[in-house]
This record gives sequence, structure tokens and C-alpha cells, in this order.
Amino acid sequence: MSRLNEANVMLAKEIIGRYPKARSATIPLLHLSQQQNGYITDDAIAHIAELVGATSAEVLGTCTFYEMFKMVPVGKYLVNICGTMSCQLLGADELMHHAEQTLGVKAGGTTSDGLFTLEHAECQAACTEAPNMQVNYRHCHRMTTTNFDKLIDDLRAGRLEGEIPVHGTLARVRQQIPADKAAGVASPDAPVVPAWMPEAAQ
Amino acid sequence: MSTYPWAAGYIDDGDRPKVVTSRFHLEDGYMLERYHATGGYDGLKAVLKKSPTEVHDEVKTATVLGRGGAGFPAGTKWGLMPAGKFPRYLVVNGDESEPGTYKDRLLMERDPHQLVEGCLIAAYAAGLSQVFLYIRGEMPLAHERVANALNEAYAAGYVGKNILGTKFSVDIVLHWGAGAYVVGEETALIESLEGKRGEPRLKPPFFPAAVGLYGQPTIVNNVETLSNLPWLAINGTAAYTAIGTATSPGTRMVAVSGHVNRPGVYEIINGTTTFRDLLYGEEFCQGIRNGNELKAFVPGGGSAPWFTPEQLDLPFEGRLVGAAGSMLGSGAIMVMDHTTDIPKAALTLTHFYAAESCGQCTPCREGGTWLERVLQRVVDGRGTRADLDQMFEIGESICPGNFPHAASSKLGLEAAPFPYKMTTICFVGPSAYAPVHSALTLFRDEFEAKIVERKHIPVSVGVVDDHH
Repeated sequence: MSRLNEANVMLAKEIIGRYPKARSATIPLLHLSQQQNGYITDDAIAHIAELVGATSAEVLGTCTFYEMFKMVPVGKYLVNICGTMSCQLLGADELMHHAEQTLGVKAGGTTSDGLFTLEHAECQAACTEAPNMQVNYRHCHRMTTTNFDKLIDDLRAGRLEGEIPVHGTLARVRQQIPADKAAGVASPDAPVVPAWMPEAAQ
Repeated sequence: MSTYPWAAGYIDDGDRPKVVTSRFHLEDGYMLERYHATGGYDGLKAVLKKSPTEVHDEVKTATVLGRGGAGFPAGTKWGLMPAGKFPRYLVVNGDESEPGTYKDRLLMERDPHQLVEGCLIAAYAAGLSQVFLYIRGEMPLAHERVANALNEAYAAGYVGKNILGTKFSVDIVLHWGAGAYVVGEETALIESLEGKRGEPRLKPPFFPAAVGLYGQPTIVNNVETLSNLPWLAINGTAAYTAIGTATSPGTRMVAVSGHVNRPGVYEIINGTTTFRDLLYGEEFCQGIRNGNELKAFVPGGGSAPWFTPEQLDLPFEGRLVGAAGSMLGSGAIMVMDHTTDIPKAALTLTHFYAAESCGQCTPCREGGTWLERVLQRVVDGRGTRADLDQMFEIGESICPGNFPHAASSKLGLEAAPFPYKMTTICFVGPSAYAPVHSALTLFRDEFEAKIVERKHIPVSVGVVDDHH
């Protein structure tokens, strides 16, 4: 179970086709797999290895290097509270403490209803809007304990389903390269001098 | 003064030239239609009428400095590629994650077409056959906006085969990361793009321009750097260098965060704007919160050695800031007022770099976590005086010799200039030490206040053996 389904295999092949070397598609395919299943399974690792022409160990090695890939199921909503300097200076510790109390789990834990996983996170590139957090990587700026509670209530009641998709959905707009418009991959194995470069500029 | 709900953090105040934020006030500035209506892709059209060499020379003459951290001029970087070796690649570094840095995400979310156009100009000038736009995984909105912009640009014939009917053909492939700070280092970014663990490559070779993606010549440029190119192409080198100073022309996006009255992302004039302007100026941050005293600030992202009020009059100019003992880095200023617990603030940053170490180099992997452990026990009130010296010793094993620091007339210290020596492949190890070194050098009394003096407890001669 948990290999990529048929539609996703088609998508995976399209993504692989954009790179000069198939293995470059490893991270995008891991995201695709996480979108399908919510987390990364051993079967998914083996399947991606087949698709990109690497060993399972190589794909697993890549997978475990990156924080976004979860090897165990997590909640529908991943709540990441930033604890890096700008947020820490403006109350990140208090926010985390409040989140632990409200959700009834420690950082790293998942609520018993499977809705929320709480995590301590590093800088989220929103430092002027501290303290920050993300829900499934969607930014929430200038958090207070009051708007944290409201956010959790809204998520519980399903009021934010349009804005915040379930864990694993990275982007809802995908790049499409129409076949008739593509310049094509530039393979290192078949070197071609760019057509627009005069000899003097090479 | 204006702020815009769709560009949280960006503050549009004062009468300064806008090179990269000219569309931030438009709610639909990310759409092709609006981009067209505001001069979009005119830079590309102008560039396609010139030869690649002419365009490359313009970027060189304009001295467009890299905005990612090292401040290396883009035109010079492009010139480091070996002649005649193809294909060459462009990898766009959109993996913004240096603590305090918030600008590339805004540029990708608010003006993705400007970035796409910048990529095209670079590819044309430097003969780059394929572009990979690497966006940090934790930025889905940026990802969606850039994907949408690329889809629009392909449909309109700006990207892909025979762009605008010329011989210039290049694909731009959107790629996304998955959460690893170290991938912002350019060789780690390339490893990650090859589908591997994001571990920086051993140097030499020093520059991916010589040996990069798949071993080919590769240019790695930051999002903001490339976003400068359309404006430059339209307005010309003279207009670009008329802003800022000769060594630091143009503008820079900076994020000022922490204990100021009006934290924000500002597009400032490069080279002349001082830290005092930024922290206290009416059109910028308007002073320290609650009228508090400024204690210290980090001038260039979490990796940068700290400054104190003594350095406020330095301008935003790389060489001067380097000579004063720090760096401009990624345009991230984090401000601490007098209520700040300095050892704890240093711990937050050291924790970040220790956690983000890729683990390849022993001094960083072991040294970073060791520094964090020692600092943690000092912060917790369990530290000893020997711990303070020990932190310098651990730091010496990561960065031998003089580590850069600011001058302090109060302490009778002269500045130790940038850069530092290091025993690691990349800067993550030194970055774990930078906050500890700065805090301990400039505010040692605050660490000493946390040391609990213990009475000497005589060691008993007999050993109590619990097992019998």
C-alpha cells in the first residue's frame, strides 16, 4: 500500500521529465507522496526509488534529511510555532506554553482526535510579524493567545477548510509546461551551445 | 505611510526610489495582466535587442551585488564560468531561512513575474540553458504564485521555446525544498536539487560557476538579486548606479524585527542609509518600543556578529560593516532592547544553528550542540565560571584565531574585522558560535550574573558503593 496511485504516477513522470537527471525529482515526488497519504511510507520510498532510478536507501537518506517529510502519521493540521530570535523576543515561549495547554499535548505530540500535531519550528521568514506560527505551512502572523484559541476553534469547526488544506498538500497550483512551448531539458550528456550565443560570447 | 493587507510586513513610507517593490501596493501585482500594465517584460524586450555580452557588461558595470548573504557581484559571478562549456544552468535560491530574513518570500508572493523576467535576463546574458527555481518548502503561497506566473508566462510566450520569436529558448522549472536551512548554502542547494541530502560540497572547487549542477557550470543567484534585473534593463546602468554609493549601488530590501516601534520590511537606499536611520527614523522603525533603551542588534541575519548602540551610525555598506566586525548578510536586523536577557537570546540563535547542522563536519556537528548544552546550563543557572571560558574554547575549534566582533569604548575593545577562519566546509558551524562570541564578548557581566557561586565541597576520601 501507499505507492503512488495511477494519476500521481502520471504526474510523477511529467515532473521527472523536466529534469536532465531523474533523481532530481526525488523531493518533488516525496511531496507528491505525502500529499497522497499524509506521510511517507516505506512502500512510497521504494516506489519513488523505482521511478527516479535510485536505491531505496538513497531516497530514504534524502527523505530523512528534510524536516517536512514525516515518516509517521501526523494530525490533519500541523501547527508549527516559530521559536527563533525575533519571535522569541516577542513572546514565542508564552505562545508555545499556551498551545501546549490548549491542545493538551507537548510539542511533538498529536491530539488524541488526530486533528492537531504541535511542533516547535525554526525561522518562518515573517520576522517583522512576530510571533509567528504556521498551520500546514500557511502563515499566521502576530499571534496572541486569544487569536490562537480562535484559530483552533475555527479549524475544529471546519471553517478554514478552503484556506488551509489538509497536511501534505503543498501548493494548490502546479506548474504546467505545455509540450509545444517547452524549450526542453538541457542534458549534460548532450552538450549544446545555446542558439542565441554568438561565438564571441561563449 | 501605507501598509497593504496583502503584503504583511511591507511598509511603504518616505520618498525613496523603488527598484523591486514598485508593485507591492497593487493587490493583483502578481498577475500577468497587471504586470503588463506596469511595464512588465519591457526589460526582457529591451535585452533581446542587445547581444548577450552587452547585457552581461551592463550588469557588471552596474555592480548588482548578491542579496543572499555574501554580497558577491552578480556580473562577476557570471563571468567565472569556463568558456565554451555547456550546458550551463541557473539555480535560483529561494530557500530564504536565515533567522530574521523576510524579503524573498514577499518578492515571490507579490511580484513573481519580476523574478521570472530577472531569470530570463540572466539566462540570456550568461548563456544559461535551463533555470531551476528552488523555493523553500515552507512557503506554499510563494510556490502557488510563482507556479501561476510561470503558467501565464509560458502561455504568453515569455518562457520556453523561441521566446518572443527569437533564438532564445529556456525552460524555467519550479522546484521546491522540504525544510533544511543549510540548503541555502549554494553547493548544498545544488546537492538538494540533484535529489540528495542537502550537504554542502567540499571546496575546492569554490564556485559552482565552474563545477555545479551535474558537474556543469552553474550560477546560483538569490531571488532579490534577480528581481533587480528588469528595472536595470529598462532604466539603464546610469540610473541604477545613481542610487546608493559606488561600492553599494541600488536599493536593498531589509527586514527590521524585534523590539522596535514599527518592525517592517523596507526597500532602502544601499550604502548610505545608516542603522540609526533604520531603527529611529520617522519613515522607518520610529524608535525602540516603549521608549526603551537599545541594548544590541544583529545587523545581517542570525549568523552575523552583534552590534551595540556604538555602531548605529554605520551605513548599510558591506565593506564598512565588515571592517566594524560584522556583515550585512541577508538584510535582516534583529533589535534587542534593554529588557532582553542576552544569554537567552544568544541561546535561541545557537540552538537554531546547532539544530540545522547537516552533520558532515565534526566541529559544527559536535561543537554546535556542545555550545548549546553549555549555554543552556548557564541560562538555567547551573553554569560555572569555567563554562564561560569553555565556550570560547569550543568556538576556537570551529573558528581558530580572532573571531570578528564590534568595538566597545566601554570595554576598551577594538573591532576585529570580518571574515573569520573556519574548520568547517560551510558557515553553519561558525554561525552557531557567532551569537555566543558576540554576547560573551560584549555582555560578559550578564553571563556572570547567572553563575551561581558554589562553596567548595571537600571530596570524601571514602567511596560510597551503592551496590553492596
